[in-house]
Amino acid sequence: MTKQHANWSPYDNNGGTCVAIAGADYCVIAADTRMSTGYNILTRDYSKICKLADKSLMASSGFQADVRALQKQLSARHLIYQHQHNKQMSCPAMAQLLSNTLYYKRFFPYYAFNVLGGLDTEGKGCVYTYDAVGSYERVGYSAQGSGATLITPFLDNQLKSPSPLLLPAKDAVTPLTEEEAVDLVKVVFASATERDIYTGDKLEIVILNANGIQCELMDLRKD
Amino acid sequence: MNMVDSAQPFKTLLGPESDSQRTQYPYVTGTSVVGVKYKDGILMASDMGASYGSTLRYKSVERMKPIGKHSLLGASGEISDFQEILHYLDELILYDNMWDDGNSLGPKEVHSYLTRVMYNRRNKFNPFWNSLVLGGVKNGQKYLGTVSMIGVHFEDSHVATGFGNHLARPILREEWNENMSYEDGVKLLEKCMRVLLYRDRSAVNKIQIAKITEEGVTISRPYALKTFWEFNAFKNPTVGAEGSW
Repeated sequence: MTKQHANWSPYDNNGGTCVAIAGADYCVIAADTRMSTGYNILTRDYSKICKLADKSLMASSGFQADVRALQKQLSARHLIYQHQHNKQMSCPAMAQLLSNTLYYKRFFPYYAFNVLGGLDTEGKGCVYTYDAVGSYERVGYSAQGSGATLITPFLDNQLKSPSPLLLPAKDAVTPLTEEEAVDLVKVVFASATERDIYTGDKLEIVILNANGIQCELMDLRKD
Repeated sequence: MNMVDSAQPFKTLLGPESDSQRTQYPYVTGTSVVGVKYKDGILMASDMGASYGSTLRYKSVERMKPIGKHSLLGASGEISDFQEILHYLDELILYDNMWDDGNSLGPKEVHSYLTRVMYNRRNKFNPFWNSLVLGGVKNGQKYLGTVSMIGVHFEDSHVATGFGNHLARPILREEWNENMSYEDGVKLLEKCMRVLLYRDRSAVNKIQIAKITEEGVTISRPYALKTFWEFNAFKNPTVGAEGSW
């Protein structure tokens, strides 16, 4: 018999779900606040949403230690950007930076699943969705993380975004009003919480529009 | 010319595994640490056992240590790695004192530092084999956080490592509240440690409770919890049970 001993993995999956919806003049970014490992809940109050710039917010799930390292890296890069250009980075620029930052670790990836939401240079809502190694796409809405498999088809059904293959290209932003988008986010999270054990406890919703940033909290099931 | 030297390159050809100086698995380990916030600060509890595999090798190991003026560190996992971490922290606190500017690192800063140290070592595939609990009080602010061997970290009003996550935290979620007195806090921790003692085979009945407030750190003398083993099911657990033998 071989020697029995503890073993380790450099990765863990700490669960969590992130959703972002873009409208004509707003963006809603939401994530639950549960952090888990296996069948354990580590904490019920951990924010997955990070403000990277005035008009860019990132919600991330996956491996918490990698997510934190990624947030720190992006914040540091944004600070340098501010010193060099004396302005805030735009959301599309931050989207490219996030992609490059993820790809830089292509062969020892950040195990992080991100959605980046914000307002573009015209003030229009934008959502960028990523995989762990940096391939990304601008979309009208997106869900990432452990509840994404439950939420994505529901959003597809409700929002019917135009195909990205259409020519001439159609705008991907959703036709919803800000209030409708917030309500939709609440519904999809309440539903995902019913079946996904890694989603729950609390929902943090951040709304970005011309007036600035508003934050809202909603209780979710704690079981 | 030199026959001894010519043999040297072959040793390295065996690859990094042959002369590996990495902790691939732990040797001497301590079990759970439990920490809670209470009215005036933080309380932390751990036992004093250290196991060599499943052998109880050491019975008087202090696994909670004060860090600087405002912090308290508790560790489970590899004891030697914990002692190495304490060396890092001693140096950190010493260099901080040498500025002599009246500033000092608080628990938030120490926790942040530990977080980076643990994550850095996992990036080098050479982890510190510990789960750490850091508590402290500075400028009236209570702080309680934890870091795992791969760098996963968070703050909470109560935390526990290892088995404590399974056995102690459900009790804490039921019974803990922010304005607990010192006496109630100690009672709650003793309840957790007693459950761990009964159900965690590597726990021993020699515990310490540490307190940190604005006034500083006090770590209790080692003491034993009252236990009761006289239940019938404990005396003869297999009576009435059907089995092939």
